[in-house]
Amino acid sequence: MVEDLLRQFAPQVLGSLVRRYGHFDLAEDAVQEALLAAALQWPEQGIPENPRGWLITVAVRRLTDELRSDEARRRREERAAAELPREHVETPPDPEQVPAGEDDTLTLFFLCAHPALSPASQLALTLRAVGGLATAEIARAFLVPDATIAQRISRAKQQIKASHIPFTLPAESERAERLTVVLHVLYLIFNEGYTASSGPDLQRGELTSEAIRLAREVRRLLPDDGEVAGLLALMLLTDARRAARTRADGSLVPLAEQDRERWNGSYIEEGVALVTDALARSPLGPYQLQAAIAAVHDEAAQAADTDWPQILVLYELLERISPNPMVTLNHAVAVAMVKGPQAGLELLGPLDDDRRLAEHHRLDAVRAHLLEMAGDRAAARSSYRRAARRTTSLAERRYLEARANRLTSDAR
Amino acid sequence: MKYVALVYTNPGAFEALSQAERDAMMSEADVYLKEFTESGELLGEGFALADPSTGRTVRVRNGLPAVTDGPFAEAKEQLAGLYVLDAESIERATEIVTRDPAARFWAVEVRPIMDTGGAEM
Repeated sequence: MVEDLLRQFAPQVLGSLVRRYGHFDLAEDAVQEALLAAALQWPEQGIPENPRGWLITVAVRRLTDELRSDEARRRREERAAAELPREHVETPPDPEQVPAGEDDTLTLFFLCAHPALSPASQLALTLRAVGGLATAEIARAFLVPDATIAQRISRAKQQIKASHIPFTLPAESERAERLTVVLHVLYLIFNEGYTASSGPDLQRGELTSEAIRLAREVRRLLPDDGEVAGLLALMLLTDARRAARTRADGSLVPLAEQDRERWNGSYIEEGVALVTDALARSPLGPYQLQAAIAAVHDEAAQAADTDWPQILVLYELLERISPNPMVTLNHAVAVAMVKGPQAGLELLGPLDDDRRLAEHHRLDAVRAHLLEMAGDRAAARSSYRRAARRTTSLAERRYLEARANRLTSDAR
Repeated sequence: MKYVALVYTNPGAFEALSQAERDAMMSEADVYLKEFTESGELLGEGFALADPSTGRTVRVRNGLPAVTDGPFAEAKEQLAGLYVLDAESIERATEIVTRDPAARFWAVEVRPIMDTGGAEM
């Protein structure tokens, strides 16, 4: 409860500090310290009347302490070096005067997903600065040492400082392109969590809820953007299947065999409403189309009821506005479901020459499924085996091996 | 995606280097470790392994452990050390390992570490 509240305030508090004092790198550390102080004090002493003001006051105190000691250090060094006259240290304004209600969260989203930063740094910084997660929590989610996440964050901050990236919204002319990066960061955070299965991976699974929470936040700030709505819808419609997508032992259940009773109905309802509305009033975009495809799957009460002709139309549109080999692959599945496996297999042919996909297990896996549909058991079996050798996921390898073995034993 | 980098050397390979080569290798290794730790791609410290002859090999058959010293086999190449990378792709992991001085003198194998999770199909 306290934690939710803190995480909700984190970007607003950080925004206030950076707007007034600059020093994004130090301000971000100061906010983390204020969050930690609150997490320790509030559960015992109760939530203050103005929690946001409390956090800002504490964070400003930490920041000014830090700036003063920085300043003192610099002056000592300067005096020692050249006996230069001292500069006056500007006293920061009274934190009580910080107006409530202003919100720089969107600016923070853009800053954390700045194209000058590496994708890994963008993810870590977004989760910490906007999501309010501690370094150790992010490290646990990504299954890496704390020091690695700390490095990625401090490197990102150094780059922001060195490139003099201003704390303002991007210019209108580059807004759309920059928003694409922000959304992509959230998409990657979601996927990182979604592919996690059970057991030791559970903490990683929490990344999906965090991605959904952050996507809701972007939507609150940009309610009219169709792609923002589309991404949130895609996350909800995908995550809706989470309980049904793995068995207790962590093995994967393909979409067609999932127990649809276990899908999350309220997520499906919300996702369908979001994407329907977005498609009706925004320019078409890839997230909206992917969400629309997920919605068609989710709306089928049984796998056999799936409206494949509609999915095929949506993939044709997606292939036109956002072509990539993964889309072609899924398009081929839809073609096979509507026009038969042979038509789907024909679409796969050219992908063998696509360097982005030729070595990828998904191409072999899809080919295997389509060959199985076509009744070519021997070829299907060897495609499953190839896919199993190429995947870097244990759960996928087990699934693919099982499909291959099933064809072997049935053949007798 | 996480990768393990496996360093293979011939027995006595390091000792066979000249003093100048050893010095160069050690200082390059420091630079290498620092650079990719700071980029957030090299995870943890990595391990240098003692000679295989100092180890034990364990096999349990029918519930009975059989422990042998070694291996002492005259392997041309043996595992001498390993470390873990977290990189965007195998291409990036390969690019990083190319900078490892061990790759210049010997060989470094890069292998993806399998993920327990996965995407349903």
